[in-house]
Amino acid sequence: MSHHIVEVRELKFHYPDLTQALGGISFRISHGESVAVVGANGAGKSTLLQHLNGYLTPSEGQVRIGDYQLTRNTVREVRRTVGMVFQDPDDQLFMSTVGDDVAFGPLNLGLTSEEVTARVDKALATVGVSHLKERPPHRLSAGQKRRVAIASVLSMSPDILVMDEPSAGLDPRARTQLIELLKSFKHTKIIATHDLDMVLDLCERTIVMHDGLVRADGSTMEIFENEELLAASCLEKPLRMQGCPVCRGKG
Amino acid sequence: MSTKIDRAYYDIGRLDTLAAGDTPLHRLDPRAKLLTTMVFIFCVVSCGRYEITRLLPFFLYPAVLIGLGNLPLGYLLKKLLLVSPFVLFIGIFNPWLDRATMLQLGPLALSGGWISFFSLLLRFTLTIGAALLLIATTGFTAICMTLEKLGAPKIFTVQLLLLYRYLFILIEEAIRMMRAHALRSFSPRGRISFRVFPQMLGNLLLRTLDRAQRIHMAMLSRAFNGEIKIVRKFRFGSREVLFLGGFGGLFIVLRFTDVIELLGRLVLGTVTK
Repeated sequence: MSHHIVEVRELKFHYPDLTQALGGISFRISHGESVAVVGANGAGKSTLLQHLNGYLTPSEGQVRIGDYQLTRNTVREVRRTVGMVFQDPDDQLFMSTVGDDVAFGPLNLGLTSEEVTARVDKALATVGVSHLKERPPHRLSAGQKRRVAIASVLSMSPDILVMDEPSAGLDPRARTQLIELLKSFKHTKIIATHDLDMVLDLCERTIVMHDGLVRADGSTMEIFENEELLAASCLEKPLRMQGCPVCRGKG
Repeated sequence: MSTKIDRAYYDIGRLDTLAAGDTPLHRLDPRAKLLTTMVFIFCVVSCGRYEITRLLPFFLYPAVLIGLGNLPLGYLLKKLLLVSPFVLFIGIFNPWLDRATMLQLGPLALSGGWISFFSLLLRFTLTIGAALLLIATTGFTAICMTLEKLGAPKIFTVQLLLLYRYLFILIEEAIRMMRAHALRSFSPRGRISFRVFPQMLGNLLLRTLDRAQRIHMAMLSRAFNGEIKIVRKFRFGSREVLFLGGFGGLFIVLRFTDVIELLGRLVLGTVTK
C-alpha cells in the first residue's frame, strides 16, 4: 500500500507557445508530511501544483499519487485523493450559497443526500463557518471566503491537501487563525507560498524552486539559514529571522 | 462620489437582501409561490385586449404580497419604472393603429388604441410586479432550483445560477476599471471616450474568459463530470396548499367574472331602481 505518496519524476512542462515552465522536477513526499514550495514569482510553483491533480499534463516525466500514475484514466481517482485550494477563493466558490459549494464535491462523488449533508456540516464545523451555510459567497469577507474554500475541499475527505498561496490577502488575525487551522490537519500538505513565516510555522520540509527547477529540497530551517541559496533563488529570510528592526536601528 | 454603476450594484444587492427576509411569506415553499405567480401571470395575460376593469382586482395579489412580505413599495415601483420603456415602445403605436372610437366618457372619445394601450400598461405592471415580488420573497437561487424541480432543462437553470453568482464579481471588476479610468481621465464627469470604451469592454471580456478557465479548473478539481447537482430540502405542506389553492382559485374566478362590472351593475341597479 503506497499510503498516499506524492512522487514526481523528471517532470517537464512547456506551454503551447513552447515557453519552458518546468525543466525536470523530481521529488517524493510521504504520507503526513508538510511541505512548502517556495520561489520567486514565475518560478513555476503554480504550474507544478496544477500537475498534482491532473489539470495539466506533463510534456515529459511522471506524476504518481498513491497507487496511481497520473494518466487520463486515473485522473478521477486522483482528484478524490488530492484536494486543491486555489489562490483566489472567488474562482473556487462558484455556487450560489456556501452550503451548495461545500456540497459540490461530495455530490460529484456520488454520495447519498444524507452523507453529503453530514460531510458538509462536518467540513463547515472544522473550519468554523457553520453559521454561514446559507450565505451567498459574494457576501463573505476574504478570511471567510478562504475558510469556505478550504471547507469545500475538505468535504471530499482528501488525503493530500495542495494549497496555492493560502495566506495571501488575509489580515493578521485571519492569517493566524488559518495557520492554527492548518496545523490541526493531519493530511499531507503541499503549500506554495511567499509567506515564509508561515512556512516556519507549518512545514518541516521546503522545496525551493527557481526558473522551473528545484534548487533545494530539505529541512526548512537549514534552507532558511542558507543565505546564498536564498539570494540565488530571489528569496529572503523569513521576517522572524531577519533580526529585530529596533535593535538594528540603534546600531 | 458614487457613480451610476456603484448604485446599480448596491441596488441588485438590495433585492438579494429583501429575499433573505424572514416573514411567513418568505418561509413558504418556493414551489407554491412560483406556481401561484405563474397562474397569476397566465390569468392576467389571457385577458382580452380591451379589458381594463377586469384587470383592476388583480392588484390585490401584489398588495397582499407587499404587505405580508414587508417589502418597500417605493423601491419596487422604481424598478418597474426602469423596465417600463420596453412596454411603452411596444404599445405606443396602438393609439395610431387603432382609431375607431370604443368608449365615450362624456366629451372624451377614447379610441380602441388608447384602451388597448392602457390595458397593456396594466398588464405589464401586474406581471412584472408579480415577478419582482416573487424574486423579492423567494430569492433568485431558490427560484432557479424550483424551476429545475418543476422540469426546466438543467442547463438552463445552472446557467442562470452561475450568471447570478458571477454577476456581482463582474460588476465589481467593472467598477474597479471605471474607477481606475476616472482617476486618470480629465474629462468632465469622468465620461469614457468613444475610443477607450471598446478597449475596456474587451479587457473585461478577456478577464472573464480567464476567470472562466480558473473556475473550470476548480470544478474539475472537485470531481466535476459534466453535471451540476444540487441538494435542497423543500416541504410542500398545508400552508402551501392553502396559498396556492386560495390565490389560484381567486385568479381564475377574477379571470372569468368581471368583478368590477358586477359590482357596478349591482350598485347602479340599486340606484336606478
